[in-house]
Amino acid sequence: MSKADNMPLNLIITGVGGQGNVLASQIIGKAVVKKGFRVTIGETFGLSQRGGAVMSHVRISKNKNCGPLVPPNMANIVIGLEPLETLRVLAEYGNRDALFLVNSRPIYPLNVIAGEVEYPDADWIKDTLLKSVKKLYWMDGTAKAIELGGPIMLNMIMLGALCTIKNFPITVDDLKGAIKNIFPDSKLKANYMAINVGSGIISVESKS
Amino acid sequence: MTMISEKTGGIALLQGNESIARGALEAGVTFCAGYPGNPSSEIIETLAKAAKDLPIYVEWSVNEKVAFEAATAASYAGCRALASMKQNGVNVISDFLLNMTMSGTNGGLVLITCDDPAGISSTNEEDARLFARMGGIPLLEPATAQEAIEMTKWAFELSEAIKNVVILRSVSRLSHTRSSVQTGLITLSDAQPFFDTSKPYHTFPVVAKHEARNQKLDQAREIFETSHFNTYEGPEAPELLVISSGCPWNYAAEAVELMELGEKVGLLKIGTTWPLPVRLLEKYLKISDKIMFLEEVEPFLEDNVKSLAAQLGHRVGVKTYYGKMSGAVPSCGELTPGLVMKIFSDIFHLPGNTGTYKDEIDTMIADKLPVREFGFCPGCPHRASFYAIKTALAWDDRNGFVSGDIGCYTMGIWPTGFNQVKSVHAMGSGSGLACGYGKLERFGFDQPVITVCGDSTFFHAGIPGLVNAKFNGADIFLIILDNSATAMTGFQPHPGTGITAMGDVTEPVLIENICRSIGADVEVTDPYELKETAERIYRLMKKTGPRVLILRRKCALVQGREGGFPFNMHVDPNKCIGEDCGCGRYCTRIFRCPGLIWNSITGKSEIDRVICAGCGICVDICPQNAIIREGKVE
Repeated sequence: MSKADNMPLNLIITGVGGQGNVLASQIIGKAVVKKGFRVTIGETFGLSQRGGAVMSHVRISKNKNCGPLVPPNMANIVIGLEPLETLRVLAEYGNRDALFLVNSRPIYPLNVIAGEVEYPDADWIKDTLLKSVKKLYWMDGTAKAIELGGPIMLNMIMLGALCTIKNFPITVDDLKGAIKNIFPDSKLKANYMAINVGSGIISVESKS
Repeated sequence: MTMISEKTGGIALLQGNESIARGALEAGVTFCAGYPGNPSSEIIETLAKAAKDLPIYVEWSVNEKVAFEAATAASYAGCRALASMKQNGVNVISDFLLNMTMSGTNGGLVLITCDDPAGISSTNEEDARLFARMGGIPLLEPATAQEAIEMTKWAFELSEAIKNVVILRSVSRLSHTRSSVQTGLITLSDAQPFFDTSKPYHTFPVVAKHEARNQKLDQAREIFETSHFNTYEGPEAPELLVISSGCPWNYAAEAVELMELGEKVGLLKIGTTWPLPVRLLEKYLKISDKIMFLEEVEPFLEDNVKSLAAQLGHRVGVKTYYGKMSGAVPSCGELTPGLVMKIFSDIFHLPGNTGTYKDEIDTMIADKLPVREFGFCPGCPHRASFYAIKTALAWDDRNGFVSGDIGCYTMGIWPTGFNQVKSVHAMGSGSGLACGYGKLERFGFDQPVITVCGDSTFFHAGIPGLVNAKFNGADIFLIILDNSATAMTGFQPHPGTGITAMGDVTEPVLIENICRSIGADVEVTDPYELKETAERIYRLMKKTGPRVLILRRKCALVQGREGGFPFNMHVDPNKCIGEDCGCGRYCTRIFRCPGLIWNSITGKSEIDRVICAGCGICVDICPQNAIIREGKVE
């Protein structure tokens, strides 16, 4: 695991149960294995289908499998499917060189809905992330997903964006290839669209 | 998914549980049984999928004990067999396990336990390895998915070599880690089951069978002395020898690398953790005076290695030990790379992670992050059921409470279930406890008790409590929350669903028929009818004797997969008068469905269209009738 080639590459996908987090990490895993890399994906879900947090640690390396968990403050890229959960991983896994790709749409915890605690202000979350990491992409991915047919498309939008990050080991085409046998034909087109939408996010901003 | 039954080997991306399944298929397993329970469920699910392509039999049994007994029968008849379960399942099978280990086996028999350090998806944290020691059973612990394949495969050979069951212990972190692995060839089972009546399986004479079992253990120990699953990496005379098993080995190896401790620390990975290979341990205990143990849940290796070191005495010398007993390693919970790095920092007096990035961020965000509490899914029938129970108990007003059980509805202990459930422990324990409460009236106990139990849990261990209540005349009111699936663990079928693990159609066992035949009064209703259900519960609370109310409504996630609910919901902003209502924001504060949210700008409730499943039950809870249910327009 030499540091020179940026390996292992530690990617964390964090969010809430039902956002397609585990599937997204599997798709990345499948695509990188096809490219000849080794990958280890630690999935933390527990009671996740019942509203809990879900986190996947995707560790990509050249010639040996990494352990299932990213060591403290060593995430290279974090995909935040939900802002609060993104902030929750910042202290433990974030660092000054990390790139964060965050969906701004909150999923409110039940205690927030009940009015017992406040959900942190969106601007404050964004500012905190901006101050703490090298690069932040902050977008309303859920709104884009709804336009494409439903909030569940969010994960493919985020993966589309991920694959346009410089030096990420798989391309948008690799990603499309990886989902071919995962989604039924009827859903493939919409997911390709979501990947295309996602892949536009970073490249547009990079040019501006 | 077909990669599991791919007959030739190759590089594959497999989950730990899939790796265990693959190892069993490579060993030519014939018979597989289990009961769902996270983190073990995917093993049987994977094998059941493979059964479509391969000549194997796979079942979800009614509980772990039956699963292990069925697998053992296959072994007696000469087949390679596997039973898989979570840590708690091993408790359930323990009586049979500690007996059958005396009588031995024929075809290779492997018991898989998936322990859950930190209780990520469990009601407790326990170490099923202790059963290996109690039962004199060889124990294997893979540290990686690759080892999970190879060890599972080898476990069958070991079992056949010593003619006893072998336990393979995984943990959540391994079971739920997906890795690129190298798979081998699948062996097609050519089993021709035959029970040799000249070789019966029983435990008599007991002492002789106990001795025979111990000899098998010695045989396993001898095999373990040279096993390639035990490895050492590090200097010839390290300052610190770390003895580890399972996932923590990964963290130790990475910590040594990141902290550049390669010249000071030696890593002895033990894959064959019971019985301990004595000569191997003697060799490595000699190379350092400081010994550390990294393992998860109980100090199992730690106790056993220390006991061995005492036995070896002057041959290995006096050591300083670092582990759960010394306080160097946390005594509970899961280990992580961060924890292991901290443990090494403490031992070697290295600067820790303080005053760094983590501290800065923690100061900035401090306590501003709300906890994400667990809750029933939008549309979950359990929310409706507990709402009706809460309503009925409030009408009754005698300080009644709910005796709970194991399943999604365990969350009835939390606000999502209106904090109604007051005790939860083991499968079926709700009905057992109810038998006790139900006999306390003679001593002046007058609080009503409602016992809740899921459909799969009822079949698993709920029936004896109901029989006992009938037998002893206990006043028991059992509500069966029938969502037509083993929902918590991933919707596996059970005897009431009419389908088996392999997808075969079978005649459903009807819960109401069982209850009626026991002699209980049985009623069935739909919990979505909130008011009607509450009234029925209230009426049944007033009755005496064993009575069962089945609240039957399909799991909302299953409903979602089958096309969803027929309603679009919205809150009429003209009818919702917010804080002026006097309801105290009842729908969001009390009912707590994540599909209903409070808009602090408008001061009114709203439906979160992203979250709402459209079950429509919240219509009944709004005093202003502001929550509107409309049929979906296609």
